[in-house]
Amino acid sequence: MLAHYGVVAVAVAIGLLTAGAFLLISHLSSLVGEGKPKEAKLSPYECGVEPVGDARQRFPVKFYVVAMLFIIFDVEIVFFYPWALQFRELGLLGFWAMAIFVTILVVGYLYLLRTGAFEWEWWEERPVTRALEEAVPVGVAQQGTGN
Amino acid sequence: MAEEVFWGILKFVIVLTCVFLSIPFVILAERRFLGFMQDRYGPNRVGPGGLLQSFADVVKLLFKEEIIPAGADKALYLLAPALVLVPALCTFVVIPFGPNAQPVDLGIGVLYILGLASLGVYGIVLAGWSSNSKYAFLGALRSSAQMISYELAVGLAIVVVVMMTGSLRLGEIVNEQAGPLRFWWAGQLVEVPFLPNWLALKPLAWPALLIFLVGGFAETNRAPFDLPEAETELVAGYHTEYTGMKFAMFFLAEYANVLTVSAMTVTLFFGGWHGPLLPPLVWFLLKMSLVVFLFMWARATLPRIRYDRLMQLGWTALLPVGLANVVALAFYHILKVGYGTI
Repeated sequence: MLAHYGVVAVAVAIGLLTAGAFLLISHLSSLVGEGKPKEAKLSPYECGVEPVGDARQRFPVKFYVVAMLFIIFDVEIVFFYPWALQFRELGLLGFWAMAIFVTILVVGYLYLLRTGAFEWEWWEERPVTRALEEAVPVGVAQQGTGN
Repeated sequence: MAEEVFWGILKFVIVLTCVFLSIPFVILAERRFLGFMQDRYGPNRVGPGGLLQSFADVVKLLFKEEIIPAGADKALYLLAPALVLVPALCTFVVIPFGPNAQPVDLGIGVLYILGLASLGVYGIVLAGWSSNSKYAFLGALRSSAQMISYELAVGLAIVVVVMMTGSLRLGEIVNEQAGPLRFWWAGQLVEVPFLPNWLALKPLAWPALLIFLVGGFAETNRAPFDLPEAETELVAGYHTEYTGMKFAMFFLAEYANVLTVSAMTVTLFFGGWHGPLLPPLVWFLLKMSLVVFLFMWARATLPRIRYDRLMQLGWTALLPVGLANVVALAFYHILKVGYGTI
């Protein structure tokens, strides 16, 4: 058992060494050859135009939303693994325990779907919400949005 | 124990050497194939049939001037390509190329691969952030959102595989798929002769296979999901500012990841090394080449999908389908065992 992880540790070390060797080789050219840095050469590429401002600016909040959704769902999916390994032995008890868990997961997913968390261009087209409204009768859909 | 470690390390070094030697030819094969699909020649001047093209490219990259853009965070800028390359190489330590050609059969092989696949995101995000270039930054943002979104679906697809094979050990997952096709029908075990017992031939694993392939394309940032480096809008995405061997590291990592995903597809769904007549290693490499070819074929055929459609596909199509697949499998098992009333 420990031997297995010993091999993995050595493999990671070999990987690190390889990457280090690559970085060293990439540095060789500047040791051997004479670098000619110029202002234009060192400036970030913006299609030949002088770069405008700093690149590290504010970016859309929707990326944060995706990150938060990922953490929630990833943790929930990790919970599936122990059960998936043992579900034959766990039998009915395991089945019902997982049924409750999946129900909670699905309710949360439907809530997010309904509130438009999976919309990318949500202020413009809202394709997911529109598709939902077409699929679900109008009265139900209006209750759902709370309008 | 020491002997086991020694052989494991030796096998890993051999596998890694083979990977490094095969990637130039995979790249060449892809470029020639793209040329064929687009009715042009592709690279065919260097060596017979262009065989040495990739080595010529390496020589060119070696002699490139090392440029670190002004305003770049130097430490992170140098660290990023290493962070992409190391996980890509370390995955090969658990891949079962053959009964004796697997460096180490970890008890949690599947989780190890999943974990390393998510580590690759760090390198890409840092590459984009440290370059101080708008294209690189946008590419890195897109890439991270895309990779974490599709990781969920891939995770669910692997849950399905774990449920059907009952193991996280890659060697055991392969062995579960040995022999003729077996399934439960009307309370008894039916055997189908001449068909292998691959998960890819069991209808309940089809959604998982589809999700795994689509997710694999997205995780490796390959066409039609190559939005992080969509050259028509983002120049080259997160590696816009990289030249020389540092660019080569990103390139190598991408192809190493393609090989890993192909090997994982074969291991999880297509019976790994099992097959008649030919030796196991040949079977594995044959199947793996077919999946690599699928990657090239998709790149030559499919147009790049729009970013909002990409996120929609991941969150509102693949994720629910994966969950439904897991639930369906649980119900199937209950019906099979026959608990009477559930």
